[in-house]
Amino acid sequence: MSEDSTPPERDSGAVRLVHPGERVGVHEGAVAGHGIRRIDGELVAMRMGALRDNGNTVSVDPLSSRYVPRAGDLVVGYVEGMPNNIWFMDIGASFNAILPMSLAPWKVEFGAVREHLNVGEAVLCRIQEVDETHSAVATMKGMGLRKLKSGLLEEIPPHIIPQVIGKGGSMLQTLKDLGQCRMVVGQNGRVWLDGDNDGMRDVRTALQLIRDTAHLPGLHDRIDALANE
Amino acid sequence: MGYGDYQCMDENGIREDGRKADEMRVVEIECGVVPVADGSAYIKWGKNEAIAAVYGPMEAHPRKIQRQDRAILDVRYNMAPFSTTDRIRPGFNRRSREISKVTRDALESVVDLELYPRSKIRVEIEIICAEAGTRCCGITAASVALADAGIPMTDMVVSVAAGKCNGIVLMDLNKPEDNYGEADLPMGILPMTDELVFLQMDGDLSMDEFQLAWDYNIKAAHEVHKIMVDALQKRYGGDE
Repeated sequence: MSEDSTPPERDSGAVRLVHPGERVGVHEGAVAGHGIRRIDGELVAMRMGALRDNGNTVSVDPLSSRYVPRAGDLVVGYVEGMPNNIWFMDIGASFNAILPMSLAPWKVEFGAVREHLNVGEAVLCRIQEVDETHSAVATMKGMGLRKLKSGLLEEIPPHIIPQVIGKGGSMLQTLKDLGQCRMVVGQNGRVWLDGDNDGMRDVRTALQLIRDTAHLPGLHDRIDALANE
Repeated sequence: MGYGDYQCMDENGIREDGRKADEMRVVEIECGVVPVADGSAYIKWGKNEAIAAVYGPMEAHPRKIQRQDRAILDVRYNMAPFSTTDRIRPGFNRRSREISKVTRDALESVVDLELYPRSKIRVEIEIICAEAGTRCCGITAASVALADAGIPMTDMVVSVAAGKCNGIVLMDLNKPEDNYGEADLPMGILPMTDELVFLQMDGDLSMDEFQLAWDYNIKAAHEVHKIMVDALQKRYGGDE
C-alpha cells in the first residue's frame, strides 16, 4: 500500500531552490539524478524544484508535476467513457488508463460495462502495466480495490505524496487521527476521505497546508500545531 | 507628426520615456496567476501586459498529430481585442500565426520533449495590453510558465529586442520608437550559455549597429533572467 513509500528528509536544513538551466555546482564526482542532466561536464537543473544532494546523487524534487503512472501504483480514477468491453479511466496522467472488463471484479457481459461502472464514477484501482509510451492498464482485481461510493476526493500534486504519507506512514496517521476518518492516498495525487464532515474539513485544511509548504523545512511541526489548535 | 519628424532622444541622450539608449522598460513577473493551469505567469513589461498559461503534458488530439518519440508543443499567441487602441478582430491572423510559430520554435529548443512521447504541451499566450515588443513579452512569460509547470528544460528562453530610431541603436523600443524607427531586432537568448534560439530582424542595421544591438540584448537578457528567477523563487517562498 501507499504507506510503504519512503519520504525524503526535508524537516531539517535549508532548502535550495533551483530553476531550469541553473548550474548546481556541487562536489566532484556527483551523479546526475532525477531532474538533473550533465551538460558539458556540469550538472544542470532541468526543472524548478528543491535541490537534493544525498552525498553521491544530486536530484531535484519538483515543485509541480503531473502524475506519471508506474506499474503497481494504487490510484483513484474517474470513468471517462467506455466502448463495449473496456472502461477509459482518467487517472490524472497524460493519457487515460484502460480497465478491461476481464480485470474488473465482476462478471461483465460484453456490451454491459455501463451497468457496473458509469461515466463519472470513481474507482480505487491499481496500475497493472505501463508501456514505453506511457499507456497504462488498470486492474480492480486485488484486495481493497473497489468502486468508491461515499466520502470525498481531494486532489494534491503527485510529487508531495511522500510528505502526505510521511516516514513509515507517520504523517498519514496524524491526518487520520486529526480527522477521525478513513483515508486512502492514491499515488496519482487523489486522496479519498470518508468520515464526518468536520473531520474531513480538518484533513482538507491540513492537506492544503502540506500542498503550500511541502518544500519548506518543519512540515511535521506545522501539522502538529494545526492538530493541537 | 509625419514620418521622419519624430525625435526619439533629446540633446542629453534621454528618450521620451526617460530612459537612456541601453536601458530597458521596467519588467515585473508573477507566477501562478492562473490556478487551473499547470503553470502560468503574468508579465508587465513597460505598458505591455501578458498572461501565459501552460497545460499538460496531455494526450495529443487528433491522433495524427502525435509523435511516437516525443511530445509536441502547441503554442497559441493571441492579442485580446481590447489590447490596443484599434480593436483587434478576435481569432487567428497572419501575425499571430507567425508569432505562435517562432515562439514554438524558440521553446522547442529548450524543452525536453523526448520525455513525453505522444503528448502535447499546450502554451497559451494572451496579450492583454500591447505597446511594442509583445512577442518578446510573450516568449518570456511562456518560459516562466513552463518552468512553473515543472516541464523539464535545459534553460529558460529570455526574449528581448533592440532597435534603431533616428539612426541611434536603442534597447527595448517603445511604441513611438517602434512605429517611427528604422529597425527592430528581437532575439531569444539562453542566459546560462548566451546561445541564440530565435532572431528576427525588421529593417536594416549596419554590422556595427547590429553588434551594438546584440550586446544590448545579451545584457538585457541577463537582467530579465534575474527577474524571471526571482518570480519563480517568490512563488515557492524561496529567497528572492
